[in-house]
Amino acid sequence: MSTKTIYGLYADDDELLEAIHTFNKEGIAIKEVYTPFPLHGLDTALGLKKTRISDAAFFYGIYGLTLASLMTWYMMNHDWPQDIGGKPSFTWFENLPAFIPIMFELTIFCAAHLMSLTFLAVSKMYPGAKAQNPDPRTTDDKFLVEIESADVEMIKDAFIKTGAEEVTVRDLTPVK
Amino acid sequence: MSHYESPTRQPLVRGHKTYHDITVDIAYPIEHPSGKLWWLAFSLAMATFLYGVGCIAYTIGTGIGTWGLNRSIGWAWDITNFVWWVGIGHAGTLISAVLLLFRQKWRMAVNRSAEAMTIFAVVQAAIFPVIHMGRPWVGYWVFPIPNQFGSFWINFNSPLLWDVFAISTYFSVSVVFWYMGLLPDFAMIRDRAKKPFSKKIYSFLSMGWGGKAKHWQRHEELELVLAGLATPLVFSVHTIVSFDFATSIVKGWHSTVYPPYFVAGAIFSGFAMVQTLLSVMRKVMHMEDYITRDHIEVMNKVIIVTGGMVAVAYATEFWVGWYSGSRYEDFTYFSPGAAVGPYWWAFWALILCNVLIPGLLWIRKIRRSFFWTFIISIVVNVGMWFERFDIIVVNLSRDYLPGGWTMFMPTVIDVGIFIGTNGFFFVLFLLYARTFPVISQASLKSILKSSGESYKKHHTEEEHQNEH
Repeated sequence: MSTKTIYGLYADDDELLEAIHTFNKEGIAIKEVYTPFPLHGLDTALGLKKTRISDAAFFYGIYGLTLASLMTWYMMNHDWPQDIGGKPSFTWFENLPAFIPIMFELTIFCAAHLMSLTFLAVSKMYPGAKAQNPDPRTTDDKFLVEIESADVEMIKDAFIKTGAEEVTVRDLTPVK
Repeated sequence: MSHYESPTRQPLVRGHKTYHDITVDIAYPIEHPSGKLWWLAFSLAMATFLYGVGCIAYTIGTGIGTWGLNRSIGWAWDITNFVWWVGIGHAGTLISAVLLLFRQKWRMAVNRSAEAMTIFAVVQAAIFPVIHMGRPWVGYWVFPIPNQFGSFWINFNSPLLWDVFAISTYFSVSVVFWYMGLLPDFAMIRDRAKKPFSKKIYSFLSMGWGGKAKHWQRHEELELVLAGLATPLVFSVHTIVSFDFATSIVKGWHSTVYPPYFVAGAIFSGFAMVQTLLSVMRKVMHMEDYITRDHIEVMNKVIIVTGGMVAVAYATEFWVGWYSGSRYEDFTYFSPGAAVGPYWWAFWALILCNVLIPGLLWIRKIRRSFFWTFIISIVVNVGMWFERFDIIVVNLSRDYLPGGWTMFMPTVIDVGIFIGTNGFFFVLFLLYARTFPVISQASLKSILKSSGESYKKHHTEEEHQNEH
């Protein structure tokens, strides 16, 4: 028996969450869930770990702050120090108050942009990428559960019992 | 799962909407040809935009002498418009970032358009300093780029340079924040698109979004952190804009009240512009069930609060101007001298448009009226324009020596450029309204069961029955 992908389509978010709880109890492993909007409690129901992209954002912010500090030091105090308006730039520390706005802006700039890029990269999203949802209705009002299993009949029953509107079976390897 | 929300809260989505209804309503303007009204507005905006382009071309070709500037007033119309446009932008970020942190659900119906307004307003703002350079083709010299002048770097002590960093960070972060929120909505349009061309475009724009559970989890986190980053950013931007004046030694400008006063004024004018746009858009685009009277009212309340803050700042400035007994202070934009001086009309226009008329919003009937909201929002924008005009022109017009006293009057070119930026703004906004999902439908669907009218009614009835 070959492993197949079985899809169950639900019409309601509450039904979907109940179905997931039932599958969890019965020990059926869920491969993926596609929803049109963020569902509260879905990540815990699926046992997803907390995402770490906000931790990454923190380090991107530190990077931006360091970059701004080095840049202002190099340009204003090291490479070409000038006496501007009777306010000489002898040391970076003495000049620091004037650099705070730049340091702040670059911290935000790096944290926001690099975090967004990280989000796109880890989610494998880029301009022109193929749509990741197998059924176009999941961006409208339907909720799709994807399960990979060899026991197609058992999964089908589980879907129907939990109120799925539609069950589809697909071969994992394309039929020759 | 409980979707309970207190019945004392008004529903945010009116009527008997399902998830699919939201999809259809939001996709409607994109999937159908534009009406006559849209074409009329678009042609008008395009014509004024092209007129502005002509005036800009004339300025660049001939020189800054085409403007009404003079020896005492080297900075007037352009910087007024710059500050005005940047200020307008502030409401978008406030709605999408600050209100997200405060978990205000009503923001979901208005944040997309408010953010669009932010981005388009910042584009208009950026035009003014660039053309005032006189040689806009070397405008990139404001960035820290290695060069052949012995590496002669930019001056990081200058508030004008802080502005460059603040505005470009603000613009780019706003675009990214807006775009990340758009991904699921573009995907919705993509999955409905029938014509191959629009399918291709929206596939490109949606970057393959599929609504996977893990991706939603990351997306929620991303929005939260971006909101956390954008919140101090939005307060910093107008603070730094105010530094352009506050760090100088010109009387009336050299004032510590400027940063908070500018930020409050920016939010005040920004919300007014949101009201101007949305009170028309909800009608023309049939979004009445999503942008309700209650949405308009809460935004009017923000206008009351921020308008109150600027009014207090005006009173403070006026008091200081009078009480200091300094003859220089009597020439500042908020002083008895200004109220009766040659710019008395600009002074009283500000008081009328920013303090007295918006004061009508304290009356419940008026702040819940679409008509009066629209009128007052335009009045506030006029008033906020005069505020910047007063700050800049009145303060500069009376130099320290009477020999330098002068007046500023804009030329036809000055006025043309300003009108042109208004045209450009509406060109962008009208194009946006036809091609983008104007309401963040994915977030709206997530609150439908708790804040939708029919669901709410159903909850209350159920609870009522349980009591007996």
